Amino acid sequence: MGVILFEVALTFYFAAAIISVMELFKGTKATSKFMLSFAVLGFVVHTASIIFRFVSAGHIPITNLHEASSFFSWCIVLIFFFLEYRYRLGLLGSFIMPLVFILMLSSSILPREIKPLSPVLQSYWLSIHTLLAFLGNAAFAIAFGIGIMYLIQEHYVKSKHLGGLFQRLPSLQTLDEINYKLITLGFPLLTLAIITGALWAESAWGSYWRWDPKEVWSLITWFIYALVLHVRLTAGWRGRRAAILSIIGFIAVLFTFFGVNLLLKGLHSFV
Amino acid sequence: MKVLVVGLNHKTADIDVREKLAFNGPKLEDGLLRIKRLPEVKEAVVLSTCNRVEMYANVKDTQKAVESIKAFISGFHGIDRGALDKALYIYDNADAVRHVFRVASSLDSMVVGEPQILGQMKDAFEFALEKKATGVLLNRLMKKAISVAKRVRTETRIAENAVSISFAAVELAKKIFTNLSEKSFMLLGAGEMAELAAKHLMSSGVKEVIIANRTYDRGCELAKEFNGRAIKYEDFLYEMIRTDIVICSTGAPTYVLMKGQMHRVMKERRHRPVFIIDISLPRNIDPEINNLDNVYLYDIDDLQGVVDSNILERKKEADKAEKIIDEEIETFLKWQSSLDSVPTIVALRDMAEEIKEEELERLINKLPDLGEKEKKAIEYMATAIVNKLIHPPTIALKEGCEDKDILVETIRRLYGINGEAKTEK
Repeated sequence: MGVILFEVALTFYFAAAIISVMELFKGTKATSKFMLSFAVLGFVVHTASIIFRFVSAGHIPITNLHEASSFFSWCIVLIFFFLEYRYRLGLLGSFIMPLVFILMLSSSILPREIKPLSPVLQSYWLSIHTLLAFLGNAAFAIAFGIGIMYLIQEHYVKSKHLGGLFQRLPSLQTLDEINYKLITLGFPLLTLAIITGALWAESAWGSYWRWDPKEVWSLITWFIYALVLHVRLTAGWRGRRAAILSIIGFIAVLFTFFGVNLLLKGLHSFV
Repeated sequence: MKVLVVGLNHKTADIDVREKLAFNGPKLEDGLLRIKRLPEVKEAVVLSTCNRVEMYANVKDTQKAVESIKAFISGFHGIDRGALDKALYIYDNADAVRHVFRVASSLDSMVVGEPQILGQMKDAFEFALEKKATGVLLNRLMKKAISVAKRVRTETRIAENAVSISFAAVELAKKIFTNLSEKSFMLLGAGEMAELAAKHLMSSGVKEVIIANRTYDRGCELAKEFNGRAIKYEDFLYEMIRTDIVICSTGAPTYVLMKGQMHRVMKERRHRPVFIIDISLPRNIDPEINNLDNVYLYDIDDLQGVVDSNILERKKEADKAEKIIDEEIETFLKWQSSLDSVPTIVALRDMAEEIKEEELERLINKLPDLGEKEKKAIEYMATAIVNKLIHPPTIALKEGCEDKDILVETIRRLYGINGEAKTEK
């Protein structure tokens, strides 16, 4: 049942992603409503599949890459809906839904079996630490999409060729402000995730910090976003530079998430 | 029963000819009613704007109608026939329908996609309706034209992009800033063009207006007009720290703002974005400034470039609109042909025949014991009733009469014969 729900959610997200990409070429109010309805359907089924897995595993289903990737997408869609409801940013879906679909697709090809939880993971820290980490990363994911939108829109305005998406993309100021808001949301969450991770490591392995690759890359990510906020507050770096930094930051997030697990081995190798 | 268009527009007639032929004020009512009263004209609508004067009519004989309308115009407006013939275009049937649809959809306008013409068309139709100058054909034509125009508006992007320089500037400002009403705006120098652009920006509601002019007194005058604040010209760099939109036209022969200066301003502004429009010739602002982050500089050529590409875009959209119009002409012509009496008679007979068959079948199913003879008798009776009922409307349709189209329309309504007529005759 959980598997079926997951596949159905994947299919709905696929439809939403396809329509959202088509919207870049030709979009009307109707197509964007259509896209959103598929995303909502996907989200509902997706939520059910996560709950289902929670119940059958007996613990929060963020213990392997398959689960984590799926939960990551879930968080992104959640924040996307919030932004869509609150600000109605034109074309945001076209930059978010494909990413959601790719994350779900990678989740679907990763091993899915529910294994008994290793002793290290049997802790209340599991839920707190992973929730914080993924909500934070989801905020960064959307900041990434908005950063790309900013660069496209800025390119139109700077180059003075007001191309096809110019009319439909939001204003530069809106994009910049929401990018900033998302990073101010994601940064404290990431900070707390690192702190809770350290506390958990202390209780599980006896030391707060062991320079495990996952820890190192989380720290690198943290520094990038700290830099984004720092230069904005001190030197007023905004607009294009902020957008570029938020894109670089998200690449670090992705590497921390997938790269470390798949390429480097360490203590934190489950997720 | 044919649609006829007699008219002239900005392409066929100069402004002085258009002025002479315009039906404005009391002339509109007088002119409309007199055209309607011409013996060759059954219905009429007159559309008169500054770019076009057109008469739409329902006529029987195009040739004769055109002659008498021309004679009327030349008498009414006191213009000689030679000049009139040169300016006028004439369309009938499908071409006339196409023309009306194109005009309503703003494809025939000087600025393709401009929205006013549709409103003018509606007014012209309502006026004619009020004066009872229209009937079945033109009512349908005008309503259809309005709905076609709306379809074109929603299905193409023909009216989307700004096609004048000051609108393009406002449109850009709206894509740089979220909310213009929080932004302050500086007029640096006060050429005529700058004033115009400033007015457009003002009407989209900027928060504050600052005027920096070389002659301070003139600056103060403008400040009064725009309800703004005049500053000394020398102070403009300092004020730019707090200004978000600048329109510059000082008339100075050289650059008044260099990249280095702007760089310092941006630091002071903490890099908050600024939109600078340089409409002076020669340019007053170092174009290199556009390369600074969060500075968006447009000169008059840039804006013209935006306008030109928007116009090109509208032309592309216009092609899509023509396709929509092709479709709509077809449905209109089908409807028009249904107004002929023959297809209506056929449809009426078919309907009656169908009802008869249905009822007979139902009756025979209910009374299975009927013998052949009784069945025949019942059938005979049913046929007789049907024939007698539809005999009078058939005769009325077959007889030629003055208001045949109204009669046909009425009969179709009464008997609920919708849809297009079968084409067989």
